[in-house]
Amino acid sequence: MEIYKTSLRSGGPNVIGQIKDKILGRNFLLFVTIVMFVVMYLAGLIVFKDKNFGNMQVFLNLLISNAGLIIVAVGMTMVLIIAGIDISVGSVIAATCMMLAALMEYAKVDALLAIGIVLLFGLVFGAAQGFFIAYLKVQPFIVTLAGMFFARGLTAVISLKMITITNETFLKIAQFKMYLPIGATVNKKGVMVYPYIYPTVILALMVVALVFIMLKYTKFGRSVYAVGGSEQSAMLMGLNVKRTKFIVYIINGLLTTLGGIAFCLNTTGAFVELARGFEMDAIAATVIGGTPLTGGVGNVCGTLFGVLTKATIETFVSFQGNLSSWWSKIIIATLLAFFIVLQSLLTMKKQKEL
Amino acid sequence: MKKMRLLIKRVSSYSLFLPILCLLLVLLVNLIQTPTFFKITVQNGVFYGFTIDIINRSSGLIIMALGMTLVAASSGGADISVGAVSAVAGALCVATLGTGEVYQMPYVLSLLFALLVGMACGTVNGFLVAYMRVQPMVATLILFTAGRGIAQLITGSFILYVKPEQFTYLGRFIPGVPIPTPCFLAAFLVILTLLILRYSALGMYIQSVGINRRASRLVGLNTRRIMFLTYVFSGLCAACAGLISVSRTASIDANNVGLYTELDAILAVAIGGNSLTGGKFSLAGSVIGAITIQSLTTTLYAMHVAPDQFPLFKAIVVIIIISIQSPVVRKWFQTLKTKASYDEPVKEAN
Repeated sequence: MEIYKTSLRSGGPNVIGQIKDKILGRNFLLFVTIVMFVVMYLAGLIVFKDKNFGNMQVFLNLLISNAGLIIVAVGMTMVLIIAGIDISVGSVIAATCMMLAALMEYAKVDALLAIGIVLLFGLVFGAAQGFFIAYLKVQPFIVTLAGMFFARGLTAVISLKMITITNETFLKIAQFKMYLPIGATVNKKGVMVYPYIYPTVILALMVVALVFIMLKYTKFGRSVYAVGGSEQSAMLMGLNVKRTKFIVYIINGLLTTLGGIAFCLNTTGAFVELARGFEMDAIAATVIGGTPLTGGVGNVCGTLFGVLTKATIETFVSFQGNLSSWWSKIIIATLLAFFIVLQSLLTMKKQKEL
Repeated sequence: MKKMRLLIKRVSSYSLFLPILCLLLVLLVNLIQTPTFFKITVQNGVFYGFTIDIINRSSGLIIMALGMTLVAASSGGADISVGAVSAVAGALCVATLGTGEVYQMPYVLSLLFALLVGMACGTVNGFLVAYMRVQPMVATLILFTAGRGIAQLITGSFILYVKPEQFTYLGRFIPGVPIPTPCFLAAFLVILTLLILRYSALGMYIQSVGINRRASRLVGLNTRRIMFLTYVFSGLCAACAGLISVSRTASIDANNVGLYTELDAILAVAIGGNSLTGGKFSLAGSVIGAITIQSLTTTLYAMHVAPDQFPLFKAIVVIIIISIQSPVVRKWFQTLKTKASYDEPVKEAN
């Protein structure tokens, strides 16, 4: 009876059909991403069996080393949903780290205050980009290109030398291990080792959850999709297109600096060339996660899996041992090509159906 | 007075007015900074001077900007893989020639091979954009990510040096000719492209595809093939620029050849007054844009700014330019202009 009711509500014939509809419908790309990640991970388990690939810590390391990327890619997902783009994120992360380092090391500012100042910078930076894009109607690519130059230049103006962070509070946060009660392994000395994560992982997962809820269940979130799908229709529906875009870029700026802080907690240092090409990693992870650049479609969960897929490839390459790191770039690019072609085939099919 | 006003109106409505103004401004700053800026001397039988240096250094960028202009005009997007493609072409050229005292294969053959590979990269981009209908930026993102990896694969992650002296002819000077070779190359390519676009309908086709793809298809243009061809051309240009840069240093460092040049090329197109959303384009504008960027770089060098800090100044220039060119500000200017022209007859009546 219960089954009947639910299927009636959604219009599908039965539960299986309903799930099938969901998988093959809007969430098809997300489904492919998740399946691919799982298949890849299982393949890793088999291939690198003797190298402890199945260790819980290996999986957690994916999250630890990519916490910053996850946060940034979530912001990027929002930007891509409104059919924009932000190529300034790599430079903004460099600027964030450099500011944090300079504030704490040179100006001897308290760690939390420094983090606050940096977040404010992200807010202002995002607002400036958003103003140009939403209100002056300049192309996002060009605006964020300028932003990219600006932030990288700013990094170099703050300091040309590498700064290592020695602030105690900051390092305490950076090295605060949170042990998980599950998945313990016994090491060579016979001691139980529990897998651990850093606070940045919690932060990243919280950001994913919050943005997911915001996009799915709030009025603002739905208007983001509407604006991305068709600006004209959104305007005719009475949505404030300009303000929606503006706010998305502000959130993106904030998330980028937040990601930068997470990144900085990993590196505990800053130099001019830090996070070069990071924007392309973020875009690639987002696209692999099933968010096309055409706007109106996208899912933050997909982005999480996109980042994990990218991280898994990198782990493969490092586990293999003989391959140099640029192989991971080539593999990621191939994967990107696969997803892009898949997406375009899907859209073509949809257009034909219409 | 009226004549003067008409002249100003005429000059300012000329499509290359803003780009040329930008270039003149940069040059003026240079002249104030270094009074000997326009001085050209002859040393060892070749010309030396800031201006020569600017034109020499900007020639690679000019060539890249040519391809980028056509790509932007036809597809309304940017080809961000040009830097990586130039690295691939350069790496191939050096790898096929070898690092010995003599070339492993004929020089010309190696050049042609590198250019062909550049075109092949363009083919991949073009296929994705034109036939798979992928957004230009995403499609070229693939090669952007993979290109440098492929170049590293070719060079085996080493910095390779080419020993024979003749190798540097392409990027430096041919003995007996006082002008740097890249200038000739850039001029030749610009003129060739201009002639092809002017004397065949191709230029018009590209514009029409960029302005309205559907309408162009309905009047019988093969829109896909036109878009495809612009990407192949862009790949060719990128390879050309890569070869110049490799020849200039007689070495290949796959990590650094053409790094960030895609951004400079896009910037050159934008400064040249071309819309990046497709449609009308001006090759001359892009050339001026490329020279402006190089002048700016040279200015910053002359002012002893650290190279790492350049982006900040570039960003300020870009922000000013995009503010002036933004549709909203333009509209605002236009309303001011029309208001002024409404006022005119009243004044004369008084």
